[in-house]
Amino acid sequence: MNTQTAETQRGTAAPVRADAAAKDASQNRQKEMLAAYFEKLTRAKEAGQKIVYTFVPGNLNELIGAAGMMNVLPEINALQSGMRGRSGGYITEAEKAGHSEDVCTYVKCDIGMMLNGNIGPTGTKLPEPDLLLLSYTGCFTFMKWFELLREHYKCPVAMLHVPYQPEGRITPDMKQYIVDQLEKSIIPALEKVSGRKLDREDLARRMALSAQAEDDLVAVWESAKHKPSPIDGYFGGVYYIGPIFSAFRGTEDAVAYYRELRSEVEARMALGLGPVGPDGPIGPERHRLVVEGPPNWTSFFDFWRMFSRENAVVCASTYTRVGGLYDLGFRHDYRDPLASLAEYCLGCYTNLGLPSRINLLEKYIKEYEADGFLINSVKSCNSFSAGQLLILQELEKRTGVPGGFIESDLVDPRYFGKANIDNRLQSYFQMLDARKARGYV
Amino acid sequence: MSANTDPCAPLLARAEALLEDLHLGTVSAWKAANPGSLAIGIMPVFAPRPLFEAIGVLPVNIYGGGDRVDVIKGDAYYQSYICHIPRSTIEMGLGGHLDALDGMVFPSTCDVIRNLSGMWRMLFPQKYSSYLDLPQTFEAPLGGLFYRHELNRIAAELAERGAKPLTEDNLRVAIANENERRGLLADLAALRAKEPWRVKASEAYLLTRAGAVLPCVEHTAMLRDFLAQAHVRPTRPYDNVRVIVLGAFCEQPPLGLIRTLERSGCDLIDDDFQLGLTTIEGNIPLDEDLGDTSPLDARSPLDAVVLSYTMRGQATATRYIAEQVKGKALVDRVRSLNAEGVILAAPSFCDPALLDQPMIEQALADAQIPFTSFKYAENSAQFQTIREQAGAFSDSVKLWGAA
Ligand code: SF4
Ligand code: SF4
Repeated sequence: MNTQTAETQRGTAAPVRADAAAKDASQNRQKEMLAAYFEKLTRAKEAGQKIVYTFVPGNLNELIGAAGMMNVLPEINALQSGMRGRSGGYITEAEKAGHSEDVCTYVKCDIGMMLNGNIGPTGTKLPEPDLLLLSYTGCFTFMKWFELLREHYKCPVAMLHVPYQPEGRITPDMKQYIVDQLEKSIIPALEKVSGRKLDREDLARRMALSAQAEDDLVAVWESAKHKPSPIDGYFGGVYYIGPIFSAFRGTEDAVAYYRELRSEVEARMALGLGPVGPDGPIGPERHRLVVEGPPNWTSFFDFWRMFSRENAVVCASTYTRVGGLYDLGFRHDYRDPLASLAEYCLGCYTNLGLPSRINLLEKYIKEYEADGFLINSVKSCNSFSAGQLLILQELEKRTGVPGGFIESDLVDPRYFGKANIDNRLQSYFQMLDARKARGYV
Repeated sequence: MSANTDPCAPLLARAEALLEDLHLGTVSAWKAANPGSLAIGIMPVFAPRPLFEAIGVLPVNIYGGGDRVDVIKGDAYYQSYICHIPRSTIEMGLGGHLDALDGMVFPSTCDVIRNLSGMWRMLFPQKYSSYLDLPQTFEAPLGGLFYRHELNRIAAELAERGAKPLTEDNLRVAIANENERRGLLADLAALRAKEPWRVKASEAYLLTRAGAVLPCVEHTAMLRDFLAQAHVRPTRPYDNVRVIVLGAFCEQPPLGLIRTLERSGCDLIDDDFQLGLTTIEGNIPLDEDLGDTSPLDARSPLDAVVLSYTMRGQATATRYIAEQVKGKALVDRVRSLNAEGVILAAPSFCDPALLDQPMIEQALADAQIPFTSFKYAENSAQFQTIREQAGAFSDSVKLWGAA
């Protein structure tokens, strides 16, 4: 088995799966797409290419593309820094510069990276932003994050305020508010920076491409309803969301990637194969889990192994829905791009009220026939974490499925207590086994 | 100054009793005197109180349990790395402290309060619970219209539960009352800044906080009485450093902590404690000529409430500071109040305050304004370290003009 470590994967933009031998064509394709993108970013300034920094949840990728601009996603850089073992140093650097130990470590990791020359995942310097596109979806920290970056880069900021869905429904006023902002504020800001009119036909074309990729991604998610699941919808899932959550939604590249991924997954399903884990194929499937909360990136493979070793497969996760809840039916719609983008922004997972989040998790547990669910509560992220203990109680009550609860962080290695988490997970899996033995499942 | 000789003492004692009234006895009494009327809790930071008063609803600002509620059940809902106010608020809800309320409004302050709104909905399904999404874009056709819709929605939802319908006339009266109160709060702030020995920070705190549970008119009367007495109370200046406190806009420091700071050689001449009552700078601009605010119109009282927030909302960590320079508002305030330094006091784990802090510190450093910072929790019991830190800060400002 040719097992790489995260450290040896420097030079690629995607979190590369440790098991090099098990690489599928789609994985190679993703790697090439990302490498080409970062290569283009490196040369962006000399090519006169305008750069937009923006966030994953609620990103306006089709609009950015149709404005002829490229995006840089600070969250992705932070997670990459976590996987590459850099985040600890960056966070320390930011804390030395006066950032509190209490706040989101993605922000501090990004600030630390910026203070260290803004060297991106591929080892080359990232271009500075021409515009900070602050689409404010599902988390207030985003607003503070770009206020902090603006102090540094002194570049314009375009703010898109996306209302929250406290009752799990989108009202016409919410949608209109976003459409009006896009029309009157965001598009003019993009046009000002790019120096050209938005190409609305191109926008519609990109929206149609997004929908195609989204169809295939949903098929990939839903394959996990099959037993055994051919995918891991959390650890494996973060690879699958790579293109669509980053720079590629609304591109032909994404359409090709998701078509290929889907056919690979369907082939695995037809053969009755389980997912490939960090050390090769996982199986036979022993536990089917639903996971709430982001993963830990600094010990990603160790974390994954704690599951794969037990043949525990995650069939659905909420983290993989932060950049779009396509499996609830939303598709980008070329017929009314701005209204559709508004709906997209409103519908990202962490923009849903807590009761809706619980309903979604309940649905996943039932539809994917999970025998357990796990909450990874990350210290950094109030958006995810505040309320998770109620989520735990409520889901157990509604489904009768036992929940596990662990605490870690996204990119701060100080908060990943490996032995502690491992012990908790082992006890949890033993409990699930015992329940099975008693005929509960 | 002894309580016997201080003419302000009875008012301050009443204000302190209101703060200590964890079961909201005043609210229950108000409801008994106004049968069928609703009382609605409002979490920090801000919701427009006149909107509620106009429909006959008593708005009650809720600031958690402070240091007087033992949090037992509330801790079961929150991990250790989340601030304290949501857990003590849940504790109060589950413990019956908030039974006098018919519901709660959760403004869009931060992710914790946002998520608490959903928790509340589930834990107290029989009560009204609403999330108030305050706009982060401040142009009238964008955030202005959206905010107006939010206010109309809340008024309509409360009307369904027994509140009076929102009418222009009622809202005009409520705005006029609120503006009168605001004028007195401004007078209180001015007196405190001019003669801080006459109105200590802890006293201003108590007096402002009384407005959290009193109807506007009653609070106004209290402020008026206090101001009349404050000008004549026997007191004398101290050789203290003039300091502004910033960052304590949501979870409140214990009163003991504020008093500790006062005893450490600092005159706290301004603060953002309980910012909800002072979020709007100046009056609600009813009938004022504000230039082109279309499609809104300040001749409509509801639009005036909207514009007061979009145009006159204070710069604070929970409000997006568009093209202005971060920290400039604070630096301006330091200058205009002749402050000598700033204390940045934030609740532990408070994202908005703590994420703001490096930018605020930079602005202060650039303007060569001394500052010091510390964190607290609403239930902090040990103030010694903070007292020493604030004492050292005031000494250094006195000696060197810098911390
Ligand atoms: S608080 Fe959470 S959602 Fe917000 S930026 Fe940090 S990790 Fe992302
Ligand atoms: S103290 Fe800060 S983080 Fe906590 S609820 Fe208040 S604003 Fe939010």
